Amino acid sequence: MRTPDDTTDDATADTTADSVPHRVPESIAETVRGATWRLLRSELRLVLSRRRNQAGLAVLAVVPVVIAIAVKVAGGGASDGSGSTTDSFVGSVAGNGFFVALAALSVEIGLFLPLAVAALSGDAIAGEANVGTLRGLLVVPVPRTRLLAVKYAAVVLGALLAVALVAVVGLVAGAALFGLHPVTTLSGTTLGLGAALWRLLLVGLYVGAFLAALGALGLFVSTLTEQPMGATIAVVLVSTLMWILDSISQLHAIHPWLLVDKQLAFADLLRDPVYTADLRLGLLTDLAYGVVFVTAAWARFGSRDVTS
Amino acid sequence: MSERDGEDLAVATSGLTKRFGAQAAVDGIDLAVPRGGVYGFLGPNGSGKTTTIRMLLGLVRPSAGTVTLLGGPMPDALTTVLPRVGALVEGPAFHPYLSGRANLVRLDVADRTADPRTSAHRVDAALERVDLLHAAAKRYRAYSLGMRQRLGIAAALLRDRELLVLDEPTNGLDPQGTREVRALIGALHAEGVTVLVSSHLLSEIEQVCTHLGVMRAGRLVAQGAVADVRGASRPVAEVTTPDPAAAAAVLVRLGLADVTADGGTSARGVLDGHATEDVVAALVRAGVPVRGFVVHRPSLEDRFIELTGGGYGADA
Repeated sequence: MRTPDDTTDDATADTTADSVPHRVPESIAETVRGATWRLLRSELRLVLSRRRNQAGLAVLAVVPVVIAIAVKVAGGGASDGSGSTTDSFVGSVAGNGFFVALAALSVEIGLFLPLAVAALSGDAIAGEANVGTLRGLLVVPVPRTRLLAVKYAAVVLGALLAVALVAVVGLVAGAALFGLHPVTTLSGTTLGLGAALWRLLLVGLYVGAFLAALGALGLFVSTLTEQPMGATIAVVLVSTLMWILDSISQLHAIHPWLLVDKQLAFADLLRDPVYTADLRLGLLTDLAYGVVFVTAAWARFGSRDVTS
Repeated sequence: MSERDGEDLAVATSGLTKRFGAQAAVDGIDLAVPRGGVYGFLGPNGSGKTTTIRMLLGLVRPSAGTVTLLGGPMPDALTTVLPRVGALVEGPAFHPYLSGRANLVRLDVADRTADPRTSAHRVDAALERVDLLHAAAKRYRAYSLGMRQRLGIAAALLRDRELLVLDEPTNGLDPQGTREVRALIGALHAEGVTVLVSSHLLSEIEQVCTHLGVMRAGRLVAQGAVADVRGASRPVAEVTTPDPAAAAAVLVRLGLADVTADGGTSARGVLDGHATEDVVAALVRAGVPVRGFVVHRPSLEDRFIELTGGGYGADA
């Protein structure tokens, strides 16, 4: 065991109570390597240890299980042929458990996944401000840009975790009830299971990019208020409003400006060859929203008086 | 502010001002906290102490004026200065569902200049110092107000500091807890740490302070070594007599300042170095019927009340 007293190269062991209390070694302000990773780990631990977040993940994971069981009980042929992406995926479940993951993602992308990201991102700054721990962190000091970066990284990782959980639970439930088989693409060709799993990974990343953009919006809202619940509700409202506007075809003029417009295009990853036009637009929209709102959050938080 | 002053001061502000809308919460104050001192930052609630402290620590941006903390300009030098400063701002605030220890570990992890190898040791040492080691594993939400306050102080003590800024550290503590905080400040002072401690109650911190600054309605109305702040208030002699006019005449003849004679019972004058016995003798020789003679020596408390206007609404 090393104690501070025998660690001669240890900046923190130098006591200011020595004969020259006014001079402090330069090294006291030197950055310890890996400090940002440790803060991010601490942040993730904090997020994952919250009951609320654990319950949220559980709800996300239940959906694919419910889909798989529902199809099993109904005996397949659940699709009424109305042709939506979700119906098409659900309709394919009976033949191949692989589609449970896709069906679950397409069901949850409308509300549950945005809700999860809204809860995480809304809490990011406003939550710390609300309990007063924000001032404690800032005087440590954690420079504001670094705090914002760590908070956003935690939101993005949380979103990816949520997507991965839905996909993996979907695969497991599908495999258990229907088995996993080579996948018939939307174009009619057949992909080997390995290639199909790669496509599923890309779907996950595509959905993750959407959620990261929404998380940027949430991060910005979170810097505006000291009420985390208010920030969360605002993000859910915006997200849901965009889905609604996007579903009104008379408003097609504004559709390209909506973050959600091209999100269901993840299904294009299951065409052969992959149809990339909409995917590209979708990623571009994600990037634009992400850059705008992360910048706005940074501008707002960097200059704000912390009076909480 | 001369350069020499800048070197000797742990905290120096110049014309520091913060306006919220039209109202100036802090109005052009020149704070001077000497290195190695214990500076009692006094003032009624709402007089601008916490806003000042927030500006010192870079939480709030000044509307005007400058802050120099440990020789570095704030907030520009924030990353190099603040690791040497321990701070408790406006009461303790921690994550309620984490234990006391986990909360401190989180703050230590957040300090990118703190050595992770010594983290556990330093966290326990800080908890020990405020006598919370026994409750380290308890969730913060289960802490009493006093324990919360002590955990806040422990967070400021996670590392060896050159300067401690403690905002109302005795708030909510019982007399025993207040005594312990005073003892802790005294011990830190003995180690050479500069302490800036704010309070709205003079009596709670008076004994440990070497210097005082008194705020009133956003202005710094007095500042200096304790004796200087107290000394600005002079002892007053009061003669109780049926003939106040005659008594006042004698006091004036002796050269006492601000002599007043009220109604029919007494005369007063500022004693200023005149020996009490001489004054009494002179009164008797002059045939003034003396029924009572009292010297009022204003305590620091009186001085504080005098400076802060005393009571609510005094600043309206």
